[in-house]
Amino acid sequence: MPSTVPSGALPAPQRLPQLRTMLRIRRFEEALIDLAQAHDVGHFHVYIGQEATGVPALALLEDGDVAYSTHRNHGHLLARGVDPNAMLAEILGRATGTNGGKGGTLHLASPAHGFPTTSASVGGPLPIAVGSAFAFRELGRDRVSVALFGDGALEEGAWHEAANIAALRQLPVVFLCENNSVGAVTQQAGDYPSSTLAVGTLADLARPFGIPAAVIDGSDSDAVHAAMSDALVRARSGDGPSFIEARTVRWPGNQGIWAELVTGRVQVHYGWDAATIPDPHRAWFAEHDPVVRAVREALAAGAGRDAIAAIDADATREMAAAVAFALASPWPDADEAFANLYADPRVNALATGRRAAK
Amino acid sequence: MTAVYADGMALGLREVLAEDPRVYLMGQYFFGLTRHRRLTVELMRDFPGRVWNPPIAEVGYAGTGIGAAISGLRPIVDIATASFIFQAWPQVVNEAANIRYMTGGQTGVPVVFHITHGIRGGGASQHSHSPQAMLMNTPGLQIISPSTARDVRGLIRAAVQSDDPVVWIDHVKLFDIEGELPDAPETIPMGVADIKRRGTDLTIVATSLQVQRSLVAAERLAAEGIQAEVVDPRTLVPLDRATILQSVGRTGRLVVVDECHRSCGVGAEIAATVAEDAFDALRAPIIRVATEDVPIPFSRTMEEAVQPTVEKIIAAAHAVMEARRPRG
Repeated sequence: MPSTVPSGALPAPQRLPQLRTMLRIRRFEEALIDLAQAHDVGHFHVYIGQEATGVPALALLEDGDVAYSTHRNHGHLLARGVDPNAMLAEILGRATGTNGGKGGTLHLASPAHGFPTTSASVGGPLPIAVGSAFAFRELGRDRVSVALFGDGALEEGAWHEAANIAALRQLPVVFLCENNSVGAVTQQAGDYPSSTLAVGTLADLARPFGIPAAVIDGSDSDAVHAAMSDALVRARSGDGPSFIEARTVRWPGNQGIWAELVTGRVQVHYGWDAATIPDPHRAWFAEHDPVVRAVREALAAGAGRDAIAAIDADATREMAAAVAFALASPWPDADEAFANLYADPRVNALATGRRAAK
Repeated sequence: MTAVYADGMALGLREVLAEDPRVYLMGQYFFGLTRHRRLTVELMRDFPGRVWNPPIAEVGYAGTGIGAAISGLRPIVDIATASFIFQAWPQVVNEAANIRYMTGGQTGVPVVFHITHGIRGGGASQHSHSPQAMLMNTPGLQIISPSTARDVRGLIRAAVQSDDPVVWIDHVKLFDIEGELPDAPETIPMGVADIKRRGTDLTIVATSLQVQRSLVAAERLAAEGIQAEVVDPRTLVPLDRATILQSVGRTGRLVVVDECHRSCGVGAEIAATVAEDAFDALRAPIIRVATEDVPIPFSRTMEEAVQPTVEKIIAAAHAVMEARRPRG
C-alpha cells in the first residue's frame, strides 16, 4: 500500500474504547438490516467495513469542529456520540428522530455533535465544507471542517471547484475520501479506484492543487489516526487543506442495491479463533473486516477476551433497545410537515399557508 | 434624497457591511458590467477583506456561501447574471433550500444569493433568464424582487437579517431609474407588498422592472381617464396575497405583468391565486403580460416582440376594461 503517512499508532489504552465504538456501529447496522425486512425505511446505506476509517478519524475532532457526511452516515454519527435511539427513530420516520422525521436515513444530522446537515447529493457537501472552513478562518476560530465522501463524489465537478477554493484560500478543511470501491451498481467489487473515474489514484486529484494527499489502508485504524492527526495539525496551524484517501474493501453484503446480511453477524471470537469463521466469507472477515482486526489489536494491546465479549454484548443489547425505542416511538403529527421551513414564524405561515381545501 | 437604483443597492450593501461584521460579499459583479461597477470597487476599498472575488465556479462559491452561513457568517453571494444560477442549482435548490427543513429545524442557512435577471438588450438566450418562477417553485427559499432604490436598500437589510436563504433578484435595467431614498436606514419586511400607485378601475400586479413599466403605462392610462392601481409584491416568497386580493376586491379587474415566461411564470401563480380566491370579485377575465414561451432571441426586433412592454400593458388594461361581466 503506497503511503505518505508518518508512523503513529493509537495509544494502547484507547484500543478497547475504539473497538467498542466500532462494535456499536456494526451492531447498529446489523440491527437496521433486520429492521428493514419488515419496515419501510427507504433506500439505506450501511457503514459495515469502513469502521476503522470513521471511528479513529472522527475521534480526533474537537467541540466546534464540523463534519459533512453523506448517504452513508450512520457510522459517522455514532462515532461522534449521537444517540442510536434517535437515529433509528429517524430512520423509521418517527417524531423522536434526530431530524423529527423529516430527514430519514440519508440525512441524519446533529449540529450538537458537529454534523450541521447531511446531504445525499453526491459531491454536494464538498463546497459546503469549504464554506465552514472559510467562516472559521474569517471569524478567527481555531476550528476544522471535514468533508466526508466516497470515491463517487470525485466524479462530480463540485470536487474540482471545492478543492480550488480550499487551496486558493488555504482553508482549514480535510477532504476525507472513503474509497469503499462501491460505485456504480454494476461495478466489480475491489476495483481501485472506482471504475468510472479515469484516474490512476484518487489522491492524485488533490496534488495539482498543492493539497497534501495521503493514500492509506482504511481498515488500518493506526494509519487513519496518523493521517488524520497530520491533517488536523495542518489545518489548525493555518497550513491549509489536506486530502486523505482511505481504501477499504467492500463488505460482501454491499454488493447489491440493498444491504444484505449475506455474511451473517460478525462474531468477536473470529478475532482470536479464525478457524471459526465460516465460508464463503472467510477471506473478508479474516483479512478485511475492521471489527475483527480491531479485536485482534485490542487483544495484542492486552485486553481480555471476556472484556471484549462483554462490550460486544453491551453493544448488541444497546442496539436491540434502540430498535424497541424506535418502534415504540410515535409518528410525527401530519401538521409537522408545515413546520420548520423558515425560522421566522410569520414568514413560515405566509409561505406554507396556502393549502388544499379540506 | 433622490438616487438611482444602483445607489440604493450600494447604500444597502454599505449599511449591512458596516452594521454586521458577519456580512461578506462573495463576488464582484453586483452591478454587472454597467457604469455602476465602480460602486463595488468602493465597497472593496472601504471594507478590506470583506469582498471576495471567487473563481468562476458557481457550485463552488455558492456552496462556500452556504457553509460559511452555517458556520457563522452572513454571506451575500453574487452569482451575477441570473442565467448563471443554473450552474449553482444543486447548491441553491437542493442544499440551501432544504437544510433547515430536512434537519428538522436544527440548522439554518442565512445566505443571500444575488442575481440580475431579465432581458437586458442583446443578451440572447444564455444571459437573459428570469428564473424567479423556478426558484419560487422551491420551498425553503425566500425571494426578494425590488423595483426601486428605496426597496432594494430596505430589502437587503431584511435579507441579511433573515436566518434563512434569500435569493435577491434585480433587473439590470433598473439600475439607472431614479427614486426617493429616506435619510435613515430602514428594513422592509418580507411578505409586505407595496401599492406603488393608487387607482380604482383596475389592478396591475407587477414585479421587478415591470413595476416601472406598469407605472409608465398607468400614467398614460390616467390621461385616458383610466385609473390603474399598481401593486408591487416586492417579495415573491413569501408572497403578500392578501394585498393583491384586497386590491382586486376593490377594482374587480386584474392585469399581471411579469418577465418570466408565460407558462408557469410568477404571473401565472398570481393569476391563479386571484382566480381561486377572488373569482366573485372579478368583472373581467384576468390577463397576463409575460415573456412569450420562446428562448430570448438576440435581434432587437424579436427581443422587443417577446417581452412585456408599456404598450402591451396598456393593451391588456384596455382589454380588461372593455370586458363586461356583472359583479357576482
